[in-house]
Amino acid sequence: MNMPLVNPPAQSTVNVRELVSPRGVRFWLVEDYAVPLVSLEFAFRGGAAQDPAGKAGAATLLSGLLDEGAGDLDSQAFQQALDEKAIEISFHCERDHIGGRMRTLARHLDRAGELLRLAVNAPRLDETPFERVREQMNAQLRHEANDPSAMAGRSWRARVFPGHAYGLPTNGTLDSLAAIERGELKGLAHRLITRGALHIGVVGAIDEARAAKLVDEAFADLPASGDLSEVAEAPFAGLGGIEVVDLDVPQSTIRFGRPALMRQDPDYIASIVLAHVLGGGTGLSSRLFREVREKRGLAYSVSASISSFDHASYLYGGTTTKKERADESLAVIAAQILDMAHGGLSEDELEKGKKYLVGSYPLRFDTSAKIAGQLVHIQLEGHGPTWLVERNLRVAAVTMADARRTAERVFGDGALSVVVVGRPEKV
Amino acid sequence: MTSPHSEPHLDAAAPGSARPAAGSGVVDFRLDNGLTVVVIPDRRAPVVTHMVWYRNGSADDPLGKSGIAHFLEHLMFKGTKAHPQGEFSLHIAEIGGQENAFTGNDYTAYYQRVAKEHLGAMMEFEADRMTGLVLTDEIVAPERDVVLEERRMHCDADPNAQLSEAVQATLFTHHPYGTPIIGWGHEIESLSRADALAYYARFYTPENAILIVAGDTDAEEVRRLAELHYGKISPRGAAPERHRPQEPQPVARRLVVVNDEKVEQPSWQRCYLAPSHRTGAPGESETLDVLAHLLGGGQTSLLYRKLVLEDKLAVAAGAYYMGSAFDETRFYLYAMPVHGVSLNELDAAVDRVLASFMADGAEGAALERAKTRLVADAIYAQDSQATLARWYGAALATGQTIRDVQEWPERVEATSAQSVLAAARKWLDRRRAVTGFLLPAEDQAA
Repeated sequence: MNMPLVNPPAQSTVNVRELVSPRGVRFWLVEDYAVPLVSLEFAFRGGAAQDPAGKAGAATLLSGLLDEGAGDLDSQAFQQALDEKAIEISFHCERDHIGGRMRTLARHLDRAGELLRLAVNAPRLDETPFERVREQMNAQLRHEANDPSAMAGRSWRARVFPGHAYGLPTNGTLDSLAAIERGELKGLAHRLITRGALHIGVVGAIDEARAAKLVDEAFADLPASGDLSEVAEAPFAGLGGIEVVDLDVPQSTIRFGRPALMRQDPDYIASIVLAHVLGGGTGLSSRLFREVREKRGLAYSVSASISSFDHASYLYGGTTTKKERADESLAVIAAQILDMAHGGLSEDELEKGKKYLVGSYPLRFDTSAKIAGQLVHIQLEGHGPTWLVERNLRVAAVTMADARRTAERVFGDGALSVVVVGRPEKV
Repeated sequence: MTSPHSEPHLDAAAPGSARPAAGSGVVDFRLDNGLTVVVIPDRRAPVVTHMVWYRNGSADDPLGKSGIAHFLEHLMFKGTKAHPQGEFSLHIAEIGGQENAFTGNDYTAYYQRVAKEHLGAMMEFEADRMTGLVLTDEIVAPERDVVLEERRMHCDADPNAQLSEAVQATLFTHHPYGTPIIGWGHEIESLSRADALAYYARFYTPENAILIVAGDTDAEEVRRLAELHYGKISPRGAAPERHRPQEPQPVARRLVVVNDEKVEQPSWQRCYLAPSHRTGAPGESETLDVLAHLLGGGQTSLLYRKLVLEDKLAVAAGAYYMGSAFDETRFYLYAMPVHGVSLNELDAAVDRVLASFMADGAEGAALERAKTRLVADAIYAQDSQATLARWYGAALATGQTIRDVQEWPERVEATSAQSVLAAARKWLDRRRAVTGFLLPAEDQAA
């Protein structure tokens, strides 16, 4: 019982250094010369939660325009410049950050740095690409307007976070996108794209001096700080209710969840282990997979995990099952969650869950782009470079007492907030 | 904007057929029982990707038993005499590994990604289930329900998927590529334990399999472990031959239309019957790779520039070519109209772009950009052992050789403006193609 069954190595396989450039830009670096390429990932804390009122999708639209022309290069000239050297630069927007990534062959690093500098510092946000990218977002919204899985996710977030930015779609709505004016995006860029909000990971065939030059070139001239709106903590609503969204399809698509622990909570890591036991991994190790798919053949996919943001954290899961058996699937899921709440977790499950989480961590670091992404992700979660080692030590240290206490805190009375898209026969 | 053809888990082969460069350390050999082995060393992280590919996919499903290759893929996780009831999966989960499997038209593959010290254990389990599978009706029946739910989720509830199935079924009038990988619902319903076991006995043999190990290992270690675990399996004679009925020369341009009330954004696609790497003349599939990139690879491609940027008829447009196929394959074009533009207008505009391309050919600078990009892809691929393993596996399982994979960048470089133009004129002939329209319900259609 007291024998530690999980022994993570005390050092990481990735050698990361936290550095500061001559002009004061902080970045994390992993040098690796096995393949002649360089990956860089960066993020500015902010993101879709900063969309102006009534303009959901604005930050996502902005991110879609940053590679659509910069400096004296219009959209097509910028894209051709990337293509000529097979340089990849792209941007994306999440709830709490807006970010981007660059990948280049090491021999084209100079040109890649110039183009990245332009995109970050001098995006043109021209009228023509603005209209085009907005229309592309509109088309995507129409494309998924009656897609059960997209509908279920949208409805669920709106249900649990009414009146909060987290309840709104990051891609906006047809109405909110139509309300966005191009001039506003310039203002949004000034608020969001600043040195103060920036986190960077650099990986690949590049040494410290060259990496420092690259980040200085791309980021040192940005304004020191922006003007982020205060985002309130998001209260969780709708527990204990089921909302049915009508759609004439043979299956019912179910999304469920309940509030969970914030990242800063001392029991957060234990909650990750519990969620993994409940509905993580790709198969038989997950209780929901065993009960819903393996034993009863109710669904092809079923899962649950903790979704953690700067101002909310929740357990979120889903499945898709035939409409005649939607009630049965929901009952099986609810029973498993209640069992976890009532101390049903076994020592064997806990140890196996911990072993999986510890053992699979290195698989997140097996390509340059994935490593760069992890370096930024770890920074956004508020950790230092030691997290690469500490994370597994923390998982391994979760005891049965921790797990029991955390199960009570996370699963509580087992109440869920549920959305079902389709025409379930009973629920 | 993503293409309308993606099918997670059901593997429609990697879009395009870009493959890695050099792969200098790649070693291949054969065990005495006929098993092909490929080793792709990558020492950067202490992990390995262990894959077994079988040279049979949905195109080898017996008549009336569509979906059996994919159904068996599911059943392969049900346990053996030596390791019953999910022991393999639970062991992988316990060591923090990942596993999955996928079925394509021409192959079925199983893989695990684990810390390097577990390679031998993965081989032991995987070799065991090459011959030791145990199936009962109690196991088969609920899993068939799972597959039916999978089909309902990915196909029956999704008009995009319905259109893709209709286009493929129309393009291939005779060859089994026209049947969905997952199978038709009414045939899946009747697949039995006996069907699964008969299929398993026929195809799951060492001669028919390819073992690929990528990661922190070397040829010597892989040979030793492979001989220990896979070498025990008795040879079964020759690998099954893949004789599928071939397509006749196509003569009819075809249009298929799916109307569905769930559709709010119409979309357009066209699929041409084209040679694969195996069936084409030397260099022909590389030329089609370049052609697909010129026409529809990203924002500087011809279709995107003309239809999206200049004419403002589309919000998305692109092309790709599926060169890794055992038999004649597909060259795709796709587009999504701007709100208010009809699919007939879009269809005509695509044909205008193709006609002008076939008159004028590619600009020299555009051709150079396309080649630069494709050759760079081969270097980028070396950053991912999982990608490399998958590319080598898909190539070998569709009749290519290691050398074909390694020399791909050179053959891309050798592609000329004339050969690209000739390929476009020869293969992008509407008589070889099916066009698909996805539209709202008829009474809603404008």
